[in-house]
Amino acid sequence: MADGTSVPVGVMQASRPAAARRSSMRRFAGRRSTMGFLLALPLILLVAGFVIYPAFYAIYLSMLNKKMTSFVGLGNFAFLLKRNTFQLVIFQSCLFAITAVVMKALLGFILAHLMHNIPGKNQRIWRGLLLVPWVIPLALSTLTWWWMFDPSYSAFNWILNQFGFANVPWLGVGWIARFCTIAVNVWYGTPFFMIMYLAALKSVPEQLYEAAAIDGANAVQKLFFVTLPMMRNIIAITVLFSLITTFADFDIVRILTAGGPQDMTHVFATYAFQVGIQSGDIPLGASVSLFMFPILAIAAFFVLRGVTRRTKEIAT
Amino acid sequence: MAEVSCRKVVKEYDGGVQAVKGIDLEIADHEFVVLVGPSGCGKSTTLRMIAGLEEISGGEIWIGGDIVNDVPPRDRDIAMVFQNYALYPHMSVFDNMAFGLKLRKFPKDEIKRRVDEAARILDIVPLLERKPRALSGGQRQRVAMGRAIVRNPKVFLFDEPLSNLDAKLRVQMRTEIKKVHQTVRTTTVYVTHDQVEAMTLADRVVVMNGGIIEQVGSPQELYHNPATRFVAGFIGSPAMNFLPCRVQDGRNGGLALRVTDKITLPVPPDRQDRYGKYKGREMVLGIRPEHLFEYHEQGKPNWTRVDLPVDVVEPMGMETMVHFFVDGAPVCARVDPATHAEPGEMLPLTADLNQMHLMEPDTGRVV
Repeated sequence: MADGTSVPVGVMQASRPAAARRSSMRRFAGRRSTMGFLLALPLILLVAGFVIYPAFYAIYLSMLNKKMTSFVGLGNFAFLLKRNTFQLVIFQSCLFAITAVVMKALLGFILAHLMHNIPGKNQRIWRGLLLVPWVIPLALSTLTWWWMFDPSYSAFNWILNQFGFANVPWLGVGWIARFCTIAVNVWYGTPFFMIMYLAALKSVPEQLYEAAAIDGANAVQKLFFVTLPMMRNIIAITVLFSLITTFADFDIVRILTAGGPQDMTHVFATYAFQVGIQSGDIPLGASVSLFMFPILAIAAFFVLRGVTRRTKEIAT
Repeated sequence: MAEVSCRKVVKEYDGGVQAVKGIDLEIADHEFVVLVGPSGCGKSTTLRMIAGLEEISGGEIWIGGDIVNDVPPRDRDIAMVFQNYALYPHMSVFDNMAFGLKLRKFPKDEIKRRVDEAARILDIVPLLERKPRALSGGQRQRVAMGRAIVRNPKVFLFDEPLSNLDAKLRVQMRTEIKKVHQTVRTTTVYVTHDQVEAMTLADRVVVMNGGIIEQVGSPQELYHNPATRFVAGFIGSPAMNFLPCRVQDGRNGGLALRVTDKITLPVPPDRQDRYGKYKGREMVLGIRPEHLFEYHEQGKPNWTRVDLPVDVVEPMGMETMVHFFVDGAPVCARVDPATHAEPGEMLPLTADLNQMHLMEPDTGRVV
């Protein structure tokens, strides 16, 4: 203490906890988990700002009255369920989404198989060509389809006329218009399924097919006992993903029919737009757009749980 | 069970590359034949052509008296064990083994009986409900074998089945495969690049190189009487030593092999006639490391002493491998572990020339 380097007792007591705090902060910042969190923070903020906040805000909106002045709980949903138009929208949305997804999955699977069997360079060319519908902006390609379905200038009607058939009002009659919206969605979405299934097909070990061939399997048996079980995860994920996006589809119906004729092609998104934006009832529009959320969330939970189980099962 | 026959079988890929160049091979009923050779020699292609997994570009393949060139794999009545096991990952062990029988519409109780029997032979009964993921490499290999056994096919085909196992398990599974063959006696064609596997398992070994069959024979025959330099070098571990030499007159009117200015080895009396016509020609002397060992004064009288500088010593417990250079050519000798050999020191060696081989340098043919 007499050498001049001594520190007063009170100062020492105060600086020790500060040094300890600095050291523990350094340890905290140096942890892998902390660093990971900090690196992921920008993404977390983006997701929170653009996904979580709007989602909760939509839920909040759906529980308000038309003037957005009072809380009505699930009243908007109960009101919607009683309306015939909305019941039609539920039916059409389900018909639109399920038919389109099944068709896309089926066509995608067939195309992927065809593609898989085309040798090297030619496969790349065909793969590129078949991806075109998926690459073109949907609004743009749907406008082209709208032209082709036009009752007066329709390319399809021109072809029908060449064979002596009468004009078909493609977008003017309920069931035909429904078929047209589904067809365009299938045209647009099939390449996505094709590319996913092609990737899955390429990942199935060739030796499994050889083993099946020696075990006595024919082409169909190989498909059912080797290909499909090995692709189940990809099929489940693509179907789930596509189901969600198809249920939320807006562009095709909006551009082709705007929900008509007589609301016969409305899906949730276009109806929500009509009710919420065009008619000015934002809470009711939010209720429409949120209607399928619980069902799809439960479906997603079970599908993803199955995917995780199967991944563990077949991982080597 | 059946015999297998390959007659002038050719496999040519796009671009004219010939993987198999017209091989002839007769495999008898119940026989265990091993196709062995380096990578790219055509052994796996041959096996896959027998299985029907590769199209045949030329020739004929017969199984059980029937030509099968255009018969699909499922109708050939064969079973195959793959290098990577090729077990269906989504099926249990039982289902993997039963798959072939189910496709052939066997009754359920018969399927169960056969699977249980195969599982008992292979000691995998407790694994039947597991998925392949939950099995070790050795267990997977047993399941793959079980899948082959339950079918009771005419022919078993094995495509390097032990390559993915560690050394210890490989030895264990080798014995298992031999035991299974002794039990079921099914004609077996087995492909490997490991000559030890080939020698230990085979009734007959087929040595392939560059798409042709170099030699077919029993393991002993290949070891003692190789037909070509390739076979001589491929069979045996460590590999045979090859030294350029000249056949010339020796002492007492006999022949001798002049290896270097300082090393001249007498040709054994029983080979004088055979080698006589090569007098004055440059040849290749082949001698296995086990026939090259330390010199003892009390050894056989005609054993010539050669002193060579030791390059590397490899003690292996029951034996010691000592490496030398003779005029730039690497030479390996197997000596008694008690022998004192240090790198850089001279070690007196001798060779059992009754076990030597003499080869033509251009054709590689053993004379």
